Amino acid sequence: MTRAMTLASLRQIPPTALIGLAVILAYALVGILAPLIAPYGEAQIVGAQFEPWGGDYLLGTDSLGRDMLSRLIWGARNTVGIALLTTLLAFLLGSVTGLLAAALQGWIDMALSRVVDVLMAVPSLIFTLLALSALGPGVWNLILVIAVLDATRVFRLARATAMNVMVMDYVEAARLRGEGTWWIIRREVLPNITAPLIAEFGLRFCFVFLTISALSFLGLGLPPPMADWGGMVRDNAALITFGDSTPLLPAACIAALTVSVNFVVDWLLHRASDLKE
Amino acid sequence: MSGGAARSRPLRRMIGLRLGIGLLTLFLISVLVFLAVALLPGDIAQQILGQSATPETVAAFRRELGLDQPLPQRYLGWILGILQGDFGNSLANGRPVADLLAARLGNTLFLAGYAAAIAVPLSVLLGLLAALWRGSWFDRGVNVVSLSAISFPEFFIAYILMFWLSIRLGWFPSMADPGAAPSLAEMLGRAFLPAVTLVLVVTAHMMRMTRAAVVNVLGAPYVAMARLKGASRWRIVTRHALPNALAPIINVIALNIAWLITGVVIVEVVFVYPGLGQLMVDSVTNRDMPVVQACALIFAAVYILLNITADVLAIATNPRLLHPR
Amino acid sequence: MLLDIRDLKIEARAEAGWTPILHGVDLAVDRGEVVGLIGESGAGKSTLGLAAMGYAAPGLRFAGGSVRFDGTDLLALPEARRAGFRGRRIAYVAQSAAASFNPAWRLIEQFCEGPAIHRTASRAEAEAFARQLYAQMSLPEPDRFGLRFPHQVSGGQLQRAMVAMAMACRPDLIVFDEPTTALDVTTQIGVLAAIRQAVEGFGAAAIYITHDLAVVAQMADRIKVMRHGREVEEAPTRQMMAAPREDYTRSLWAVREFRRPARELPGGAPLIRVAGVTAGYGAKTVLEDVDFAVPKGATVAVVGESGSGKSTTARVITGLLPPQAGRVELDGQALPPRLADRSRDQLRMVQMIYQMADTALNPRQTIRQILSRPLAFYLGLTGRAREERLHQLMDQIELEPGRFLDRRPSELSGGQKQRIGIARALAADPRFIICDEVTSALDQLVAEGILRLLSRLQDEQGLSYMFITHDIETVRAIADEVVVMRHGRVMDRGPRAQVMDPPRHDYTRQLLASVPQPDPDWLTRRIAEGVR
Repeated sequence: MTRAMTLASLRQIPPTALIGLAVILAYALVGILAPLIAPYGEAQIVGAQFEPWGGDYLLGTDSLGRDMLSRLIWGARNTVGIALLTTLLAFLLGSVTGLLAAALQGWIDMALSRVVDVLMAVPSLIFTLLALSALGPGVWNLILVIAVLDATRVFRLARATAMNVMVMDYVEAARLRGEGTWWIIRREVLPNITAPLIAEFGLRFCFVFLTISALSFLGLGLPPPMADWGGMVRDNAALITFGDSTPLLPAACIAALTVSVNFVVDWLLHRASDLKE
Repeated sequence: MSGGAARSRPLRRMIGLRLGIGLLTLFLISVLVFLAVALLPGDIAQQILGQSATPETVAAFRRELGLDQPLPQRYLGWILGILQGDFGNSLANGRPVADLLAARLGNTLFLAGYAAAIAVPLSVLLGLLAALWRGSWFDRGVNVVSLSAISFPEFFIAYILMFWLSIRLGWFPSMADPGAAPSLAEMLGRAFLPAVTLVLVVTAHMMRMTRAAVVNVLGAPYVAMARLKGASRWRIVTRHALPNALAPIINVIALNIAWLITGVVIVEVVFVYPGLGQLMVDSVTNRDMPVVQACALIFAAVYILLNITADVLAIATNPRLLHPR
Repeated sequence: MLLDIRDLKIEARAEAGWTPILHGVDLAVDRGEVVGLIGESGAGKSTLGLAAMGYAAPGLRFAGGSVRFDGTDLLALPEARRAGFRGRRIAYVAQSAAASFNPAWRLIEQFCEGPAIHRTASRAEAEAFARQLYAQMSLPEPDRFGLRFPHQVSGGQLQRAMVAMAMACRPDLIVFDEPTTALDVTTQIGVLAAIRQAVEGFGAAAIYITHDLAVVAQMADRIKVMRHGREVEEAPTRQMMAAPREDYTRSLWAVREFRRPARELPGGAPLIRVAGVTAGYGAKTVLEDVDFAVPKGATVAVVGESGSGKSTTARVITGLLPPQAGRVELDGQALPPRLADRSRDQLRMVQMIYQMADTALNPRQTIRQILSRPLAFYLGLTGRAREERLHQLMDQIELEPGRFLDRRPSELSGGQKQRIGIARALAADPRFIICDEVTSALDQLVAEGILRLLSRLQDEQGLSYMFITHDIETVRAIADEVVVMRHGRVMDRGPRAQVMDPPRHDYTRQLLASVPQPDPDWLTRRIAEGVR
């Protein structure tokens, strides 16, 4: 009975979202199992530079003679893991402040909103570059800077959706009952904005993931010798001019994950708006 | 008209307010850019000179940089200098930052303008058509393609284009130095691949938001009313929907310039294009702070000014403000 | 026959496939005839009205039947040919003029659009006609009125301008889709007069859609009653008003008869006193020196049109909006002006029921959760005691506990949701309940049930009510005392009979005279008396 229902609901998911879910699952597995399935170590130099595909090295070796496939697998763990951590941090920061601003209003809302306005008045890559050059390289600097900048978007969304709920009569009823702010946020507001927040989490993850990859590509992301897809493109870019497409592989790994997440989010948002009608 | 002056008052007040907020934002951003260096953990003079420098040389260098003065005074000196075109000297090579910028700013503006000239009309058109034919195969196709384009890292698109169009087919140069190109046509040709990369990224974002804005307007009761008055589809779109969608579309365009700026930085690195973005990335790597500050300030100022312009245009096309009660 | 709709079926897009919302309806309109469509929400009357123009709203589709207009089946025509009928031969007047006028165009431009599309008149002719109609509909400065933008015109004027716009091509048939539902009564009567004039003056036929029986009686020659996408019955207006055939129709007619029986009030000091309250938002004063009292066990109706300050008064009493001057007393004790300063017991005594049950209940909570919270919060009830009280409450609001307690609000009908709202207020064991337009979003039959329930609860528990409403019938049905408000001031107050029968104050008189009566000659008389 329940299995039949799951199957039926699976069939209602559009193929794009289904593929997306499968890819996300596969990435998670590869990331978690990286030490088990990677043929070589993350920074292990195993052969000559730029060895071709096949043989001992399924996808050849990179500019330092490290196994490409192994680094791709380790990269899933590093890049995706750090992006996930950053997104979680951004979400925690953004949604807590956003909810507080919506619930308390008044000067707290004003102050938080103005700070966010200023931080969002400039493309975030520019701010990130500025901050990274001031703070210097390093994984934690990277995570913190991106999390803070990205929290501004979460703040805006959390605040706006929470505002929509705050004007509802059932929230007024709770206030009239004498409920505290925290209770109202937790019991009346949060359950009503989880759907848009989950969708936003997907979008923010894509954005953070792309930003980290871009920074790594620019040589400002994860420090070597950590395997990281953006950095792998950069390290091996020279191959492209010789007509070898190997450096496109890590880039394609990035693209496949973000496309998948976006397809799933697109479906979630569609479903939410359909239910509303 | 007796009330002419009085009528335009709320409009002027709104525009004045918006300009004021814009300038304030610009000021705050400049303070942030300034503080990024001033509040640096550790001593920048020590860092530059290295651990082996004697305390005397460090002190002398601090004086030279003006680091011994109080913060507000340093900011004032810094910003006044910039307003007169003096961005200080590069820490890497000692040359005036302004000279470094001058050569590259033009290149970047050329590339960005090139991309925008294609992307803006293209994305507005695509967004409009997707909204009009909502739910059609065209709409779904555009949705999937643009969603993919948004999801691709900019350097992925850039390298794919380079790999196929330049290396494999040899149609365009893979290095895009417009340098001292003799003719505009040649410049356009050399910058073609970076420009197309930017167009793809920006169009995807801009088109999706344009579609959303137009769909929103098309759902308004006055659009249904127009249909019930017997207006043709074409008339409904051009006469009823567009005038009301104009303001949101203008805002969408300005907002998505952010993707153009982000894209420019990466695309310049991929195609070794001598622009501001590449300069900024190099300077961040070298921690050449005066150059980073200058680049950040220029990118920020351009973006903020464009957004102010968009807001003012949106205000100026709002009938409620143009014709107050 | 000008319009002949036969066996029309229309379907709406649903989660899985399509569900029918019109199940084969006929509608015939002769030249110059006005047919009224009446029914509760979801009856399909607007869908039928739009179908007369060969139009199905987004998300709907025609699934069978024919719409013959002057001999042509509109449904068989291509869209472009249908557009040739719309605006020119069949015109439409929407419920919300404010949303249906294009905000970017001047009114006269929108008037002239129809004639320009259909080439029925030159620009100069169209403008002249517009000025003539504006004058007929007593719009201010008719020669210059059209130069205004929609946002520069009041709601009633805008609705009249839309009636004028519908006349622009001198259509044979006009579809009026609840054209006065969103308006205050004193504004409505002017629009009704304008519609009557337009229809009679140009001999146009019309379909008049409304849920208000008294309004349709003024406008229609013939009335068709609809329910759930089907016809209930159809008859000439006078016959229908005098002798409806079907039970459903009779129940609609009977709703307005509800009057709570006269009773003795306990007397004594008032429970609530609003004393000299002045309040507002920022520099804007919304209430000025408002003064009235609610006796123990009584119902006080606060009546007024939009912007009169009735809801603001409620916000002051509940403590959401501390007044700038004056005070609110509960049982002779001044209540702290700010919500945050009130004790839990003070909060418990004053409860509120809202207009829109949809937004008053958290969609993510079950009925059990919604009702349990006040029981736990105010009375500290837990476990079996709480469960017993829950069942009691459900019995009081006449809903089966076993069936409803574990449902969510979305699984309930509008009337049931409103009952849950009442139960939530009762759960606090209050003494005073503010009812903010609690029946105005409900269909009449359901609304009557709510009024009966509230009256019974009052008798059983000695509750005091403050009833905020714009509907005079509700006041007559339930109020012991009446407070008439306008522009933030109290115009008149006192026992209902003294205030209303006959009206004591000029404004009360105007208000009462504007309320349509189910007598088909009412509007004619009012026009003869000279409607403002």
